[in-house]
Amino acid sequence: MAEIHTSPDTLPAVSTRMHTPGGTALQGLGRTSRRDFWWLQPGIVAAGFGAFIVYSLFSALVWQPMFHVPYEVDGYLSPFFSPLIQPNWLPWWISPAVLILWIPLGFRTTCYYYRKAYYRSYFADPPACAVGEPTIHRRYAMERAFPFILQNIHRYFLYLAFIPLLFLWIDALYSFVNTGPRFGLGGLVLLVNAGLLTGYSFSCHSLRHIVGGRLDCFSCSSLARVRYRAWQRLTGLNQDHMLWAWVSLVSVALADLYVRLLAWGVLVDPAIRL
Amino acid sequence: MPVGRTHRLRHLRVFRGTPEDGGELVEYSVPVQEGMVVLDALHWIQANRAPDLAVRWNCKAAKCGSCSAEVNGRPTLTCKTRLSDLPEDIPVQVEPMRTFPLVRDLVTDVSWNYEVNRRITPFTPPEDAPEEAWRWQQEDIERVQEFRKCIECFLCQDICHVLRNHETRNPFMGPRFLVRAAGLELHPMDRADRTPYLRDGGGIGYCNITKCCTEVCPEHIKITDNAIIPLKERVADTYYDPVQVAWRKLFGRRSEGGSGQPIPGQPSADGS
Repeated sequence: MAEIHTSPDTLPAVSTRMHTPGGTALQGLGRTSRRDFWWLQPGIVAAGFGAFIVYSLFSALVWQPMFHVPYEVDGYLSPFFSPLIQPNWLPWWISPAVLILWIPLGFRTTCYYYRKAYYRSYFADPPACAVGEPTIHRRYAMERAFPFILQNIHRYFLYLAFIPLLFLWIDALYSFVNTGPRFGLGGLVLLVNAGLLTGYSFSCHSLRHIVGGRLDCFSCSSLARVRYRAWQRLTGLNQDHMLWAWVSLVSVALADLYVRLLAWGVLVDPAIRL
Repeated sequence: MPVGRTHRLRHLRVFRGTPEDGGELVEYSVPVQEGMVVLDALHWIQANRAPDLAVRWNCKAAKCGSCSAEVNGRPTLTCKTRLSDLPEDIPVQVEPMRTFPLVRDLVTDVSWNYEVNRRITPFTPPEDAPEEAWRWQQEDIERVQEFRKCIECFLCQDICHVLRNHETRNPFMGPRFLVRAAGLELHPMDRADRTPYLRDGGGIGYCNITKCCTEVCPEHIKITDNAIIPLKERVADTYYDPVQVAWRKLFGRRSEGGSGQPIPGQPSADGS
């Protein structure tokens, strides 16, 4: 059996690194020995987030001021605008969504799942496991320095995120009665959206830490035991944090789209009025 | 294993060489049987074609962590990677762990890891509690038990892009040692506070939680979710949370956590 000798697709050993083991890994964007479609997953994530970002920016900032498609119709309020704050000083060309959207935006931007997703898909840091990244990254300090050190305030965005979440539940429940008792598909859409956003918020890593992760001893007091039981439940939710992140992202966009299409007259809300 | 007519041939491209010669990929044809793993194929090459092939291995049961390598570009234990699970239309490429300096062929120098390990404050029980008085409940210890499954194969270190691709100005301990630190920090009997080390000497801020370490762990330890993120949150408690910082300034101690808690198994102040 013949042995075939070929040159490896590698660079010489990097021996000048500081504080790192000094190996022979391939350096440079996309350089890898992986044989699978490693680019597929970050590509899908980038496309999914990109679609959401474009849609949400258009819907929250442009659709109503420029194209006069209301964000509230027949007792249904788009989740991008809840709670609805319309101060007199706000110019007509600035959407009231900007007064509230910074909270969920900050919550999701600093979220541990989204960090993984966008570091991989948009920053190529790394683009995929065991795949080379741009050499410009090599001395980048990641979450040790500004701006990414600000990721550490995730817990404060979590606290704030419960405010719009509460209003989303109120909006969803109130939509069943605010134009007279009715059971409409729009109410159901808003209710499911509020439920999925609740799942996303309660599966948060920071909440899990605050509830029980700070404790070293779960059996040392009756309060610690209560917190342990809550921590266990949140741990169960946390295992699917990525799933909650995606389904709640899709649901909030779909709920907004549903309200907009009702307002535009494209759809008619199927409802049973009592 | 004799080369019989019933055996199919698989092609392997195996890295051969030393740091001095730069190395090359050498292709071997290996007769394979059902159930063979990559390490079996390497052993066949060693026995029949290249007796000088350097391969580190020991238990062949995915428990010693010795046979770590990169197969088709992915860090893995060669004793746990079946040839039948790899694409048949291309040669199986076997390379050493690329994050560590090459010694020869598939063997790398992983001693850097042991130097990092020595910098972590070891288990520090309370001085006033004799060892025979130590008691804890299952719920107190089960988080830590997950971390004890680590076999130190260093695949997580190998795939970590901070160690693999970055030149850090400060040290970064890597996922294996964040797991070890979590096993100590979250231990109910431990009294040391490692958060200053984790932030500065351990460089936990370099981790941007891209979860590659979790993906390759052969023991399925949820490294990112259960070790790194809880430690990042504790570092945030200590350094980046103004409410926690104010609490410590007012009361002179951590608001919660390892230090200052009652010894497990002993009655607490509330009588429970």
